[in-house]
Amino acid sequence: MTRMPQLAAAGLHAGASIFLAVACLPFMAEAAEPALISPPVSAAPPDDGQWMMPAKNYASTRYSELTEINEGNVKNLQVAFTFSTGVNKGQEAAPLVVGGTMYIVSPFPNVVYALDLTKPGAPMKWKFEPNPEPAAQGVACCDVVNRGAAFADNRIFFNTLDGHTIALDASTGQPIWNAHIGNINIGETITMAPLVVKGKVLVGNSGGELGVRGWVKALDAGDGRVVWTAYGTGPDKDVLIGPDFKPHYDMDKGKDLGVTTWPPDAWKIGGGNMWGWISYDPDLNLIFHGTGNPGPWNPDLRPGDNKWTSGIFARDPDTGAAKWFYQWSPHDLHDYDGINEQILLDMNWQGKPRKVLVRPERNGYLYILDRTTGEVLSAKPFGPVNSSKGVDLKTGRLIENPDKQTGTGKVVRDICPTASGLKDWQPSAFSPKTGLLYIPHNNLCMDEEGVEVNYIAGTPYVGMNVRMIAGPGGNRGAFTAWDIAAEKPAWSVKENFPVWSGAVVTAGDVVFYGTMEGWFKAVSAKTGELLWQFKTSSGIIGQPITYRGPDGHQYVAILSGVGGWAGAIVSGDLDPRDATAALGFVNAMKDLKDATTAGGTLYVFRLP
Amino acid sequence: MTHGAVTLLLVILALTGCQREERDTRPQSALGSGEQPTPVTTLEPGGQRPSPADNKAASFEANAFHLSEGKRLFGWFNCSGCHANGGGGMGPALMDEKWLYGSSIESIHATIRDGRPKGMPSFHDKIPDDQIWELAAFVRSLSGNVPSSAAPQRNDDMMPHPSENRLPDAATLGKSP
Repeated sequence: MTRMPQLAAAGLHAGASIFLAVACLPFMAEAAEPALISPPVSAAPPDDGQWMMPAKNYASTRYSELTEINEGNVKNLQVAFTFSTGVNKGQEAAPLVVGGTMYIVSPFPNVVYALDLTKPGAPMKWKFEPNPEPAAQGVACCDVVNRGAAFADNRIFFNTLDGHTIALDASTGQPIWNAHIGNINIGETITMAPLVVKGKVLVGNSGGELGVRGWVKALDAGDGRVVWTAYGTGPDKDVLIGPDFKPHYDMDKGKDLGVTTWPPDAWKIGGGNMWGWISYDPDLNLIFHGTGNPGPWNPDLRPGDNKWTSGIFARDPDTGAAKWFYQWSPHDLHDYDGINEQILLDMNWQGKPRKVLVRPERNGYLYILDRTTGEVLSAKPFGPVNSSKGVDLKTGRLIENPDKQTGTGKVVRDICPTASGLKDWQPSAFSPKTGLLYIPHNNLCMDEEGVEVNYIAGTPYVGMNVRMIAGPGGNRGAFTAWDIAAEKPAWSVKENFPVWSGAVVTAGDVVFYGTMEGWFKAVSAKTGELLWQFKTSSGIIGQPITYRGPDGHQYVAILSGVGGWAGAIVSGDLDPRDATAALGFVNAMKDLKDATTAGGTLYVFRLP
Repeated sequence: MTHGAVTLLLVILALTGCQREERDTRPQSALGSGEQPTPVTTLEPGGQRPSPADNKAASFEANAFHLSEGKRLFGWFNCSGCHANGGGGMGPALMDEKWLYGSSIESIHATIRDGRPKGMPSFHDKIPDDQIWELAAFVRSLSGNVPSSAAPQRNDDMMPHPSENRLPDAATLGKSP
């Protein structure tokens, strides 16, 4: 473990005291003065002990105000109960807890279980089997994962791999509606967790490795009807760009850039999918979502900036109309999908209060954007990056490193970060108590060789040979606490394998995350010191949550079960003798089969 | 005179010696619609029945031209997109000793032509039949199941693993049983 200088603890700002008085009553006694950086109350209301969406709240803080489990007693945590999901694939979902019931959704075949937390051992209340088409497994890019469900209005909303969004009655598990919105025959799947905003279920498609044109749809939560569809490429009317669209930078201004920044018709098979995270600011009435990589990966086959891929949109949730856009990686060279989580925070920036959006991005930079305009305030690398040389804050443009530019017929070596990014989908957590963002991430580099590729609908469209290796230092993963105000890391813990699990942080100053060996860890939110760990049955790539059970006590829950892109070597039984297996990830994970086996199990912990 | 005859004989010998295989210059152009019976299981009620080998199988499997064509098509038809260079990814690994639907070239041909229910697409009517045989033969080379004299050699580009003619039989990985 490396320890970087502990930065000045979260400073104090009088302006935020109102928020604190409302939201932070449980720890008012110990945190006598308000935090410098905090999420807007409208997007992060006072904690009720439940966990109703994977990101905890619309601001996506994954922060719990519960304090029963804290730095002093976390070492006493014990298993309260376990539950097998019955599926030996990667478990990326966050459990939900509403009232006295826990809801979990498994990877394909996407079974939903409701567990009764009011009874000993949490027996099954109901289960729902959607029976998705088995053929969908053949077009899922990187294991057949599902990132969780969402709860609203006594309904559970979730997506199936074969392109359905389903609403269930949360009390009985009976289906209320089932909307078929994705087509596996063109390579579309759905793996993301939906987000419910103002009576609309927001869903996006996966398929950036199969030449699938990306979209986000808003379905009516009442009946599943599609209210609006916003594409990630194509003419302005398809992208829902209209008179309200005011991007901050010149590079994003112009008519039909989603067509003109591509070779003729390439936008139709150009990716820009939305399989990650959405945040929502009720005050601004804006949702924020990223867009995935352009297809194919080989950049020589798609000259131009490839709008609107590898960027971020702010949209009106009622109509889908775009308000602004910013492109993290124009003409992406390395599969830097732009779909990671965005944490909505209010903070002082150079003396002025700003509404910001913090994004640990796949290309290696920790971005701070003004979420009202899309202006980049800061972009600092949070790990080893040599594929680019920074972000030009005047033009907003990523400064590519010409030495690491990929293309047809040339092998470019030691590109950092990899296609899987310095950080992939695995969501970070933010504590207003420490002002730190807790980032689970990778430390990998790669060799890439662009090759020709034919587009055949429903088959991969990548055009890149990739092999990955461990990054500088040899540790393939790290768990880094980033001081947002100081724009530098506070501490970082090295991990042998990529940290492919999410994180959760609590007012008890404990951060939880899992490793691909199967360790579920609690570390100090202030120092990163390891306080407790438990070895689960399989590698962990899921999202931890914490909740107050019906007995009034605090619990911590995590799904164990290795897989995902990083763990595909185990869940897909891949052959490590091929350096390019699983789009090159297997080369960096050759020893994972010796460290863990597949198997999906829920673990729930509590104090004795 | 005798000298000339010996020279002539040597030339003839040298020329025929170079010819290591026959190449069919007029491949069947019909799309993949073969009808050879290829059971996907060894369990057959009433006793195992003989599974007739397709007469194309042997000629494709031991033929360097067809194997190298199969390697080219493996990239062109995006097989490599799912199965990488044999290690797998979205689809299963092809260079190991595990076969979900049979290891014979007939079974692999049927898998490519008809697809399999858990995600393998059907390339029926998409790839001509002879090219499916070429692909099937190349797939067998990934697990060291074709003659090394016929299997493809070094790539022109990034080597994901030792060349196919040096890959060991996956069942033994080069070790004696």
